[in-house]
Amino acid sequence: MTDVALTTKKDWTSDQEVRWCPGCGDYSILTAMQLLMPEIGTRREDTVFVSGIGCAARFPYYMNTYGLHAIHGRSPAIATGLAMARRDLDVWVVGGDGDMLSIGGNHLIHALRRNVDLTILLFNNQIYGLTKGQYSPTSEVGKVTKSTPMGSLDTPFNPISVALGAEASFVARTHDMDRAHMQEIFRRAHDHRGAAIVEVYQNCNVFNDGAFAALTKKDARAEMLIPLEHGKPVRFGPDGERGVILDDGVARIVSVAEVGVDALHIHDETAADLSVAFALSRLADDRESPTPIGVYCAVDRLEYGGGIDAQIAAAQADRGPGDLEELLHSLPTWEVT
Amino acid sequence: MINTEELLPEVREVERIIVRFAGDSGDGMQLTGDRFTSASALFGNDLATLPEFPAEIRAPAGTLAGVSAFQVHISDHDITTPGDAPNVLVTMNPAAMMAELPRLESGGTIIVNTDAFNERNLAKAGYEANPLEDGSLDGYSVITAPMTDLTKQVCKDLGVKPRDAERSKNFFALGLVSWLFSRPTDPSLHWIREKFAGRYAVIAANEAAFKAGHAFGETAELSASRLAVRPARFEPGTYTNINGNTALSWGLVAASQKAGIPIFLGSYPITPASDILHELAKHKNFGVRTLQAEDEIAAIGAALGASYGGHLGVTTTSGPGLALKGETLGLAVSLEVPLVVIDIQRGGPSTGLPTKTEAADLLMAHYGRHGEAPLPIVSANSPSDCFRAAYEAVRIAVRYRTPVILLSDGYLANGTEPWRLPSVEDLPEISVDFASSANALNEDGEEVFWPYIRNDDLARPWAVPGTEGLMHRIGGIEKEDGTGNISYDPENHGRMVAIRDERIKKVADSYPPTVVEGDADADVVIVSWGSTWGAITSAMGRMRRAGRKVARVHLTNVYPLPNDLGDILRRYDHVIVPEMNLGQLSKILRAEYLVDAKSICKVEGQPFTAAELHLKFQELTQ
Repeated sequence: MTDVALTTKKDWTSDQEVRWCPGCGDYSILTAMQLLMPEIGTRREDTVFVSGIGCAARFPYYMNTYGLHAIHGRSPAIATGLAMARRDLDVWVVGGDGDMLSIGGNHLIHALRRNVDLTILLFNNQIYGLTKGQYSPTSEVGKVTKSTPMGSLDTPFNPISVALGAEASFVARTHDMDRAHMQEIFRRAHDHRGAAIVEVYQNCNVFNDGAFAALTKKDARAEMLIPLEHGKPVRFGPDGERGVILDDGVARIVSVAEVGVDALHIHDETAADLSVAFALSRLADDRESPTPIGVYCAVDRLEYGGGIDAQIAAAQADRGPGDLEELLHSLPTWEVT
Repeated sequence: MINTEELLPEVREVERIIVRFAGDSGDGMQLTGDRFTSASALFGNDLATLPEFPAEIRAPAGTLAGVSAFQVHISDHDITTPGDAPNVLVTMNPAAMMAELPRLESGGTIIVNTDAFNERNLAKAGYEANPLEDGSLDGYSVITAPMTDLTKQVCKDLGVKPRDAERSKNFFALGLVSWLFSRPTDPSLHWIREKFAGRYAVIAANEAAFKAGHAFGETAELSASRLAVRPARFEPGTYTNINGNTALSWGLVAASQKAGIPIFLGSYPITPASDILHELAKHKNFGVRTLQAEDEIAAIGAALGASYGGHLGVTTTSGPGLALKGETLGLAVSLEVPLVVIDIQRGGPSTGLPTKTEAADLLMAHYGRHGEAPLPIVSANSPSDCFRAAYEAVRIAVRYRTPVILLSDGYLANGTEPWRLPSVEDLPEISVDFASSANALNEDGEEVFWPYIRNDDLARPWAVPGTEGLMHRIGGIEKEDGTGNISYDPENHGRMVAIRDERIKKVADSYPPTVVEGDADADVVIVSWGSTWGAITSAMGRMRRAGRKVARVHLTNVYPLPNDLGDILRRYDHVIVPEMNLGQLSKILRAEYLVDAKSICKVEGQPFTAAELHLKFQELTQ
């Protein structure tokens, strides 16, 4: 990247009026992004936001970049084509839990396993907002909504576990109440070559207010959020008095005083075997227990578009650039005079 | 060039022959037919082929369900169909005999592998008595050969195991048929050596079987049935024998090269379209990117994403896949970006007849979307015409910034014919003009870029990411005319719907005048589209030779219809529309032009034959 002109938040803000409900968690995510962009050192014209349908999917309209607001669930597929064709671009994908994990679940997992160079932001508010309050694939069992008056029966997805199961090479979690943490995680995701997915705990103050409050309220964070830091023991609590150990492959929360610091799990985000990252993701199985945030894994493996480009280069080195005349004569021919 | 004077004196010359190879799907009949076709093409015959195989990869051996057949029509003159009733039927087993004999012309020739006619196979095929012995084939000319045994015998000395030797029996059949029809042997022998390079035992077995079959013909006094078809008189040029899916793939590559934008193919495997994915995947040196997507929806989505990025987005499918792509097509109509969607039609609905042909997706191509979502539809006439059709689809998509549906079908996809190679320089230009600058002034008088400002074609700018100063946001929500901003305004929506309709109708302004073939002063006009072209051409020839005047319009741009079509149709008393569906084009013609179009329908997984069309034409025009 050469000579990227200095920009400010204003340069990254489009002229469109933002139309989320007042108090929506999406505002703080948008602000975090608009403030981060000038620092990333990329050009607005080289940046594309692709989205599906849902409240989160309005995100591209508010960024002064290229933006494609597509159809429900299909944004990872559409972005796959764009990112494969144009590896010079920064392609971001933004969507909610319904968009990404319900109607678009198939596209999400395949974009992740292929390791297409995408930065995917999954705004998880555990509810359908735009369609006014039905339960989502991340809603807790028993959730009472308009479509589940007697409580939902569905076991929810854990987005981090899904992403790890789909062989994602970069998986992280952050939340809408901590701008600095969001920016740090978004930057890491952006810098990752290949598919990066970030789950953002996001509050829907109209249909599911306070879903994550027990975790993300300022005075609860120290007790309830488990920061994952590469190369460091996994511990949390106001004085670091609690920690995580691996017990026969299962992650467990323990008292540091009882087990000793040396027993704590040392987080290695570069571990190619994702089973430990998966074990950590299982710690967040309800909204009342401590939850790891930060980067679960950041693994270096073949980026899909780069693989395709290498095949094209190899084919051209081997056979020369395509020659139409030669192609037309590539089956047996005969002359008629 | 082949010197036809070398034909042996006892050979009887005929104008054309239709040969049908039939056997178990494990017997290699497609390969045998294909080799016979190639030898005939290199000999200079005109030809057309019709492969037919079961949907199962290996249906139970010896059963009717497992019969695989390949029909080839070779001729010394211009032909347009794989022929009606075969003159010669090659049957490798009783099931093939049971299934295929009804097609053979009366008095035709049957070539039989007698080794397969044992009790077990006869029972599997449903025969109570052996047709070779019970007199049921009286009236046909039957050539019997113990192909399996003879093949095993010649292979024995080569040290080939009997099991492997048996697999070569189709080359015995090929050798025999090559002799009967005076085909040159070199191309087949050469092909065997190339195809099985490095596998010496296989080459030896296949060569030995081929030669044994040829020698069998020579020594078994079969000369009474020996026939030859002289080379056809073709226009001068270089020819190749090509099937529809290959021609279509090459048409896309050619258009991409001319336009200077690389192909991005998003595709999910589906019969009979998968071969386009296979073919394009081979041409990475042309900068072609292929994505075997997770499903049909992702396939078109990725293609659309690539188009948005300035590549030539293409997706290939068959009917069930087109149904899945409907929602994304709606987005593409709304976004107004180039996209080529290829539907190789097959028998439907649902899984239907996946390996058989049909042309019943026309109304889905027209109307199979939510909302008012018009888009151009292009169709192909013959295997080699798929090249032109693909090129035309790209031309329209790029110039008018629209998704285009190209309709081909299973018959064109797998059928072959000789094709005079086009000159690369003479291919029409396709120019791509990406937007590079502001195109409007905002309220403050500043230069801005509005994505929905239109040119004379009513096409909007193709402004690809990476272009400085043109950042904009677009999507599936209704857009304000001009600015492209979200708009829920009722009047604006009405205007945008009208513009989207008008801009697709304008595509017809770019067509050449419609060609009326045959007798312009006839009282009957045949209107058609797609792969019926060949059979109609033949049937029309028969009508006209019998003194019946008939005119004909074959549509290659099925939507929008040509501007002059209404006036043409109104000149005739009878409008006849043969279609491999229940009358989809005739429905459109009636609605559009208030003409009394009469349908001739066939929905049996088989193309029309010239004979049945001729009969129907006579009935309808009495």
